[in-house]
Amino acid sequence: MSSSVVTLNVNGESREFLCRPGTTLLDALRDSLSLTAAKKGCAQGSCGTCTVLVEGRAVFACLVPVETIGSRPVETLEGLAAGEALHPLQAAFIEGFATQCGFCTSGMILAAKALLRASPDPTRADVVRAISGNVCRCTGYEAIVDAILMAAARLRKTATRKRAAE
Amino acid sequence: MQDLEKIDTRFFSAEREAHLDVVGETVPRVDARSHVTGKTQFYEDMTLPGMLHLKMARSTRHHALIRKIDLKAAEKVPGFVRALTHKDVPNNWYTILRLIGVEPNDEPVLPEDRVLFAGEQIVAILADTAAAAGEAASKVKIEYKDLPAVFDVEEALKPGAPIIKPHGKNYFVYEGHHCRRIRFGDVEKGFASADHVIEHRYQSAPIEHAPTETTGCIVKPEGNGRFTIHSNTQACYFTLDNAALILGLPFNKLRVVGGTVGGGFGGKVDVIVEPIAILAAMLTGRPVKYAYSREEEMQVSSPRAAERITIKDGVMKDGRIVARKVTLYVDAGAYSRHSPYGTTKAAAHMPGPYSIPNVWVDAHCVYTNRTPSSAMRGFGVTIGDFALESQMDRIARFLKMDPVEFRMLNAYRDGDTKAHRKKAEGCALVEVMQKAAEMTGRTLPERFRKMSSLSREGI
Amino acid sequence: MAKLKGRGVSAVNYPTGMNLGGDPSQALIHATTTGSFVITLSSVDLGQGLKTVIAQIGAETLGVPFDTVWVDTADTDTGPHCMGTFASRGTHRIGNAVIMAAREARSVMLEVAAEELEVDPDDLVTDGKGAIHVKGSPEKSVAVINVALAAHFKYGKTISGRGIFMKPKSEPVPETGEMDPDSCQAHACTVAEVEVDDETGDVRVLKLTNAYEIGRAMNPALAHQQIVGGAWMGMSHALYETTEPYYPDRAHGPTNFISYLMPGPADIAEMESAIIERPAKNGPYGAKGIGEMTANSPIAAIANAIFDACGVRVETMPITPEKVLRGLDALRAGK
Repeated sequence: MSSSVVTLNVNGESREFLCRPGTTLLDALRDSLSLTAAKKGCAQGSCGTCTVLVEGRAVFACLVPVETIGSRPVETLEGLAAGEALHPLQAAFIEGFATQCGFCTSGMILAAKALLRASPDPTRADVVRAISGNVCRCTGYEAIVDAILMAAARLRKTATRKRAAE
Repeated sequence: MQDLEKIDTRFFSAEREAHLDVVGETVPRVDARSHVTGKTQFYEDMTLPGMLHLKMARSTRHHALIRKIDLKAAEKVPGFVRALTHKDVPNNWYTILRLIGVEPNDEPVLPEDRVLFAGEQIVAILADTAAAAGEAASKVKIEYKDLPAVFDVEEALKPGAPIIKPHGKNYFVYEGHHCRRIRFGDVEKGFASADHVIEHRYQSAPIEHAPTETTGCIVKPEGNGRFTIHSNTQACYFTLDNAALILGLPFNKLRVVGGTVGGGFGGKVDVIVEPIAILAAMLTGRPVKYAYSREEEMQVSSPRAAERITIKDGVMKDGRIVARKVTLYVDAGAYSRHSPYGTTKAAAHMPGPYSIPNVWVDAHCVYTNRTPSSAMRGFGVTIGDFALESQMDRIARFLKMDPVEFRMLNAYRDGDTKAHRKKAEGCALVEVMQKAAEMTGRTLPERFRKMSSLSREGI
Repeated sequence: MAKLKGRGVSAVNYPTGMNLGGDPSQALIHATTTGSFVITLSSVDLGQGLKTVIAQIGAETLGVPFDTVWVDTADTDTGPHCMGTFASRGTHRIGNAVIMAAREARSVMLEVAAEELEVDPDDLVTDGKGAIHVKGSPEKSVAVINVALAAHFKYGKTISGRGIFMKPKSEPVPETGEMDPDSCQAHACTVAEVEVDDETGDVRVLKLTNAYEIGRAMNPALAHQQIVGGAWMGMSHALYETTEPYYPDRAHGPTNFISYLMPGPADIAEMESAIIERPAKNGPYGAKGIGEMTANSPIAAIANAIFDACGVRVETMPITPEKVLRGLDALRAGK
């Protein structure tokens, strides 16, 4: 079968590329759109390193055919920071030493982002559940959970200040 | 935010005194920002135009002669470019550690007439896409004649066991011996004089590094006779030197570039993917990627060796260990890789951080028909520690002694002679136990609180 | 049906360097004309933070700010030989090579600064903030950036250095095993607290308390990352992991993270860790290395804690619920 032209909404931009049938979202992001932050750790949905957001929900991009996305917005790690200003999750991972080799980091941060959008004040158990599909072989998870909770607290503070200012 | 380590400066305070500005400071990681923004470049984060994908047709047998290889169906797969067999490899036999004088070259890049473990790579398939390479590899038809296989380290060493290695022995030969030996004092005299003799056997199974990033490389022909290897190897020169020897290339024709590894843990020091990928690039003139799938990473890439360890201790009523005899088997699997070195390291680690006057160790590096094992975090030591520290606990309980106090009595001190005859220095086993006792709210008796690695006081 | 609690201890040491030595590493340093420094290595950072630690060692030895030192790694065209990152050799070997190179670079830097200030090089100190000044007279100073410019354009000197560290290879005596296997030894003691479910055989690790002695912690946060990550891996080794669940039978080998069991974030233990330091005479600022050893002492501590909790001694790794239950059955049957 031949390729077709596909348009995806990625990180707020309309991205057009040639796509073979059956291409996964992960391969499309990495090979066609040069968005390589999402990683291919297992290609079978068992490690979470390919986690991206579709309509704000965390998905394993290695299991999602491009054909099923349609116009739903896709978010990758590359779209998280606003220019040079880091998102609180990114800052927390740095300050909290929550990254070592960095391979699981993209998936972890996006899984956390999906959680915080749905639950801005998560319990520790909520955070653990949200990242339970993401394997980390280096850190032992503790620092990652702590960083996510710290980012959540900072985001709530910013939101409170914003509301107070309005 | 968690509390990061504070250094407890009460221990060895005179020795550790120093005026330092940067060393000892908690500075942020230099790579953290690029990790959290997705900018850290792993080898697979690049695509090169015209890149070929390499997938292996692998053995489905544990131990077998290769009777016939039929590539006809594989060659018909759209996108198939080329197949490589042992005939294409300039110097097919090697062993990773030959660079430091380990012999013999017991492993083929691609097997010539037989396979020694299920999963062994046999034919390299090159294709335009990963899917085409995988499909073609699955269509390679191989006829085998099964040979008797060995899976157990002690079975492999029994007289009459099928010999699986070309040099005629199912074990690595250490200067004429069938194992690495430590002989210190006289253990039989020690046992004879002991109040109790306690013997137990310990066993582990192979353990995978399971990094989130699989092993792989991309080789790029530079067009000037040189090849750049983008690899997640932990050891660039290990890769370069071994590859050059295998390929018969001048060393300076190869350039290894890397430095970002999605988890190493010793699993990316085997130089398995690079030589054949470079060969493919040499023969096709195109970039070549050889990346392990997750299944290959789990079952084909080398794991930590399974070990079988018997510890026999002669022990006095007052808690002194007077003799320790260790018989240790490292399951190297089908090929040596780093195991001959790891077995020596295991022997050197015995009898653990304790001063024992009579020590006997036989550490065997044994070949079996399973995935070759190799280095992993704690190489030669991790499983030994499981055995040693389980044993120490059992002796303490047998003698009805406190497990910490029992260890402190036997702990090595500065100036003690170790079983491999090196003088101990910089010891701190006593102190880490004192610190851990304090952290867990345990007040040790005064005699043990006063102990120090610097003297034998209190023993 | 009960949850039985137990405590176990384990104490270990770990050797630094490739076993038997003969594993040299080289380093090169040069100053740019604008006063920053590049350390060139072929060594590989695995994520343990080698690049960060090396920059700290380089900055310390040169006497310049940490953020003016950049570490370039893992290119065999530009980086001189390094055996590789394994055997807990990185900080020790590469650190020592970098100190040697940095000392050479520093001496040229001070020579040039001395010319600029018209004093003797021995009269000078680096302030670690980017300036070099006369001992006791901080107003008589020159910025490192100006020294770098002057060295290159005025004096025709290179502020650069070369370094290598090698522990000579030791050959074991075949008969006795007499050998010199390592450069130094680090130490650890772990106390594990576990809870055993005597109906399911499930073991939950409640807490791991770790005391480490590592010579000198180059960066306490990075050492902490190794201690915690390693303790998790040790727990994983002790209770979960193997590629051959029926070893030595090869059946049922796991092929992905769903079948290859490791503790997830819901399974982690509370952790408390501390570091003590007994600097190694041959280590860079006394460092011994920590990367490899951190899975080791937790394993037996957990095995010993399981015995303490329920009287079952499991002699084979991994200590699965099945093995614990079989052990409990045997105890109940009065064996």
